[in-house]
Amino acid sequence: MSAPTGMRHDRAGESPAARLAADFLANPVAAFGLVLLGCIVLLALFAPLVSPQDPYDLAQLDIVDARLPPGSTSASGGTYWLGTDDQGRDMLSAIFYGLRISLAVGAASTLLALVIGLTFGLIAAYLGGRIESLIMRIVDIQLSFPAILIALILIAVLGQGTGKVIAALVTIQWAYYARTVRGAALVERRKEYVEAARCLALPPLRIVFRHLLPNCLPPLIVVATVQVAAAIALEATLSFLGLGLPITEPSLGLLIANGYQYLLSGKYWISFFPGIALLLTIVSINLVADQLRDVLNPRLQR
Amino acid sequence: MLVYIIRRSLQSLLVLVAMSLLVFAGVYAIGNPVDILINPQAEQLERERAIAELGLDRPLHEQYVTFIRGALSGDLGRSFVHSAPALGMILERMPATLELATAAMLIAVLLGIPLGLWAGLKPDSAGGRAIMAGSILGFSLPTFWVGLMLIMVFSVMLGWLPSNGRGPTSELLGVPVSFLSLEGWRHLALPATNLALFKLALLIRLTRAGTREALLQDYVKFARAKGLSNARVILVHVLRNILIPIVTVIGLEFGSVIAFAIVTESVFAWPGMGKLLIDSINTLDRPVIVAYLLVIVAIFIVINLVVDILYSVLDPRVRLGEAKG
Repeated sequence: MSAPTGMRHDRAGESPAARLAADFLANPVAAFGLVLLGCIVLLALFAPLVSPQDPYDLAQLDIVDARLPPGSTSASGGTYWLGTDDQGRDMLSAIFYGLRISLAVGAASTLLALVIGLTFGLIAAYLGGRIESLIMRIVDIQLSFPAILIALILIAVLGQGTGKVIAALVTIQWAYYARTVRGAALVERRKEYVEAARCLALPPLRIVFRHLLPNCLPPLIVVATVQVAAAIALEATLSFLGLGLPITEPSLGLLIANGYQYLLSGKYWISFFPGIALLLTIVSINLVADQLRDVLNPRLQR
Repeated sequence: MLVYIIRRSLQSLLVLVAMSLLVFAGVYAIGNPVDILINPQAEQLERERAIAELGLDRPLHEQYVTFIRGALSGDLGRSFVHSAPALGMILERMPATLELATAAMLIAVLLGIPLGLWAGLKPDSAGGRAIMAGSILGFSLPTFWVGLMLIMVFSVMLGWLPSNGRGPTSELLGVPVSFLSLEGWRHLALPATNLALFKLALLIRLTRAGTREALLQDYVKFARAKGLSNARVILVHVLRNILIPIVTVIGLEFGSVIAFAIVTESVFAWPGMGKLLIDSINTLDRPVIVAYLLVIVAIFIVINLVVDILYSVLDPRVRLGEAKG
């Protein structure tokens, strides 16, 4: 990316990446969000190392420990800081493993959708004409329905399973990326550097991917960040409704659903803590996205 | 104008047909309802009779033609599980969903616009900041989990409000409704609040942004220069000008509230269409799934159409853009 002139602070000699990082961290709330998100991702990645027990190894579960409140001592002497579920599973460990699955599904669907949306958006912007209006009409129609409705239609049509949930999330998200990329590419296409590349008789694919694409990325990164949070929330909702991931893939949504029946008898922790983990994940991603939008938006830079 | 309405309506019709085809093909192609609906121990002959009765032996396109012919005469098939007309089951539960959605929308509007106005007028005050922080939370909190927490606090811990069902309903023009009795209101309170939160956050942000923008306009400065009272400037000059986009959004969001009611209805066991859909997906009761999806898609298409037409009446530039594009 060419270094824009007149950035927020005049710091000649710094690389654009360093300047972006400094701008990002200037807001303490956003910095907090980034740190929180980093911790969550690390916990998810290293769940097997940091969890007190392997929550899905039946040999480590003791039914005597079932439904213990937070802070209880287990039969074997350990402490269940967040209590246990109906199988005697340590909730803290279950949450770490659940985060793993929730984040993996969210990230995988976002990446897939990003690639698909990017391709269609660039095709629409570069080719124009009938193909553009066809793609954009599909995008418009799809975006006029709420995500949950499209997800339920797809689940009803495709059936259930991890792959199907990811397919549903990808189908919902691609339209956002296609629209964002097309919008950005239409603006960039008219700029001089694209004209210069054309005058050099570079091949169209090279112009699209080496010149146009990098300059369309900033708005796309913002949309993608917001969409990861949306995908995680939607997967949790589907799983809670019993239409998402199978019980062999216990994401946060399934953990919450599992505690639903015990909520009415006052055993709040089985649903409460996975929900807090979900909430912290979504809030931290949204905080990061908010600040990214401001940092990457040239209009806000003086 | 007329041409625009006709073109826009035709386009909506096309979407409806495409959706019906998609939904039908998908829903009827997955799973084998024969295995679910007919006793596995049944005699071969009995099985075949049941299959023929449900029309499951004919090719898909024939089933679709029968289905469309039925749909046009208001018959969307019979539920496999309840052997009642699917459309009838949906319509029977629609008042419950509409009541919930309306209550939620009212909460969102009655709280969201004043709060947004306040946050817009005093963006740097503690109150304004608190409202905005709350609205960010409203966007981030997953609806279903908030529902659980509402149940936990208000039903289990405090014991103030019931956590499931509609309570006793009374008839209003032949339609059962909850809001005529105190008990009904108590049942409505938690689910409506739960469903309203997301839209409340949206309306707060929208009103705040509109207010901040309007305050910088010349007509507001002029109104102040005329010496009008602050209340009059805000209520007449600012509010009226920001209401147009807000009304549009309220219209569009009503459809999404009906769709999101699926989640809230499941949490609070509210006997609406959304809960019926989830139950039907779990039992593979395909006629009901198809009927629900067609009804909700139709509701959406009508809402989108009405909002688009209203908007083109309010703002002629919309029509020009459409004609060019």
